Amino acid sequence: MLRIESLDAHYGLFQALFGVTLSIAPGETVALIGSNGAGKTTLLRSLAGALRVRADSVLLDGEPVGGSTEREQLSRGIALVPEGRRLFASLTVHENMQLAATNGRPGVWSIERVLEAFPALRPLLSRPATALSGGQQQLVAIGRALVCNPSFLLCDEVSLGLSPLVVDEVYRLLAIARRDGMAIVLVEQNVRRALIESDRYVCIQKGRVVLEGISASADRHAVAQAYFGV
Amino acid sequence: MAGIVELLINGLLLGALYALFALGLSLSLGVMKMINLAHGDFIVLGAYLAGAAMSTTGWPALACMGLVVPAMFAIGWALQAGLLNRVVGTHELSPLLVTFGLSVVIQNVLMEVFTANTRSLPSGDLALQGLRLGEVSIGLLPLLIGLVSVALYAGTHVLVSRTHLGRQARAVADDPETARLVGVDARRFFALMAGFVMAVTGLAAVLYGVRTPFSPTAGPERLLFAFEAVVLGGLGSLWGSFAGGLVIGLAQVLGAQVSTGLGPFFSHLVFLVALLVRPQGLFGAARH
Repeated sequence: MLRIESLDAHYGLFQALFGVTLSIAPGETVALIGSNGAGKTTLLRSLAGALRVRADSVLLDGEPVGGSTEREQLSRGIALVPEGRRLFASLTVHENMQLAATNGRPGVWSIERVLEAFPALRPLLSRPATALSGGQQQLVAIGRALVCNPSFLLCDEVSLGLSPLVVDEVYRLLAIARRDGMAIVLVEQNVRRALIESDRYVCIQKGRVVLEGISASADRHAVAQAYFGV
Repeated sequence: MAGIVELLINGLLLGALYALFALGLSLSLGVMKMINLAHGDFIVLGAYLAGAAMSTTGWPALACMGLVVPAMFAIGWALQAGLLNRVVGTHELSPLLVTFGLSVVIQNVLMEVFTANTRSLPSGDLALQGLRLGEVSIGLLPLLIGLVSVALYAGTHVLVSRTHLGRQARAVADDPETARLVGVDARRFFALMAGFVMAVTGLAAVLYGVRTPFSPTAGPERLLFAFEAVVLGGLGSLWGSFAGGLVIGLAQVLGAQVSTGLGPFFSHLVFLVALLVRPQGLFGAARH
């Protein structure tokens, strides 16, 4: 169980999150919904260790893990797929995943398993990672996080700028991870898609949780209201 | 004809030593985006350490590499972990200022401990031996330095392109923030990297001390040659730095042929012209 308790996050003097409290159970998919600048990316970065936060504001199985480094969070099973894919240009597709796999945890996910799910990536392995199409890069970026074998996979805008067909591919990969019992925290601009792909949703507005519930029975109107803040 | 060939070979072999100076600088600039202004002084420090090791143990100069290289690795590691990690990635100017201060400190400590006298590392008859190929004769020591330089560049190339350490280095150079997300502990990694850089510097230092007399204030000029080699070759290109070193060495030897004192002047001239014609360096990609 990953529990976030009255989490405050700051960028210098600017406060981006105010007392956010929510929890993510093992194996469940939670969608974070909110407009630009609401604090979704900040929340994911706080969990992944990329942002210094109070130790007791992030609890993993009851243990305070806030303010750890990215490497420590990775070894505890929290991995982030950053917004904009951010593949390493000087590394090949294979090396991008190989680097992560070496630093990550042992487990069912390997480069081979990512390739089995997406055989189309196989002939591209020795290409520079950024020479791929946007959709292929996104699959590699998710693969790079998967091969670390996290228990909690944090996905930041994984469908941004991709064609609908490619978005389906991306969610197919996430569905395989979900079937393995991986918990996923999803930041997704497409609210409809976010609700379809998740068990629960959490709406964030100006750094605060304003609405949460079960995705299947979500009131679209209330979610839209929480999204636009009207 | 044989004279010209000999001249060219001598230029290239001197250049191979400059390339060795440049290797450490190239790595720290390419990966850590940090310019170590004390790089030349560390070369001189390494040479003095070798001198001290020789007089303590009585071993020959090249055997003392076995002591100097690990010692320099430790110095590099400690320096990065204890001092430079505090300033790296904050602002471009901070590492410059810190290492400039280090340069002043090292020069003065060397002056205090070893006096300002010029000295060199005795290498026995190695310095006198030569190879004769037809009409051309090549000094054994410069040839050895050239071979070590090529081997070290090849080894570093393999390290960077084939190993986990190298993949981490390239990832950090590309995008340090994302590198942390895939578990690269930048500070620990930088310390290791700085240790490696300084170990290479130590090796270059012993070869330098055997080949050329040195004094506590010789550092800045070594830094200049190394820096010119790196920039000439193109930032971020390992073999570019090697080629840059060769060009600088060649220019010096040919320049000295014109007038004995003008060797370094000619290498600086070549550097300036190359910078005007190809600012991104010989092997550097043009940046937009």
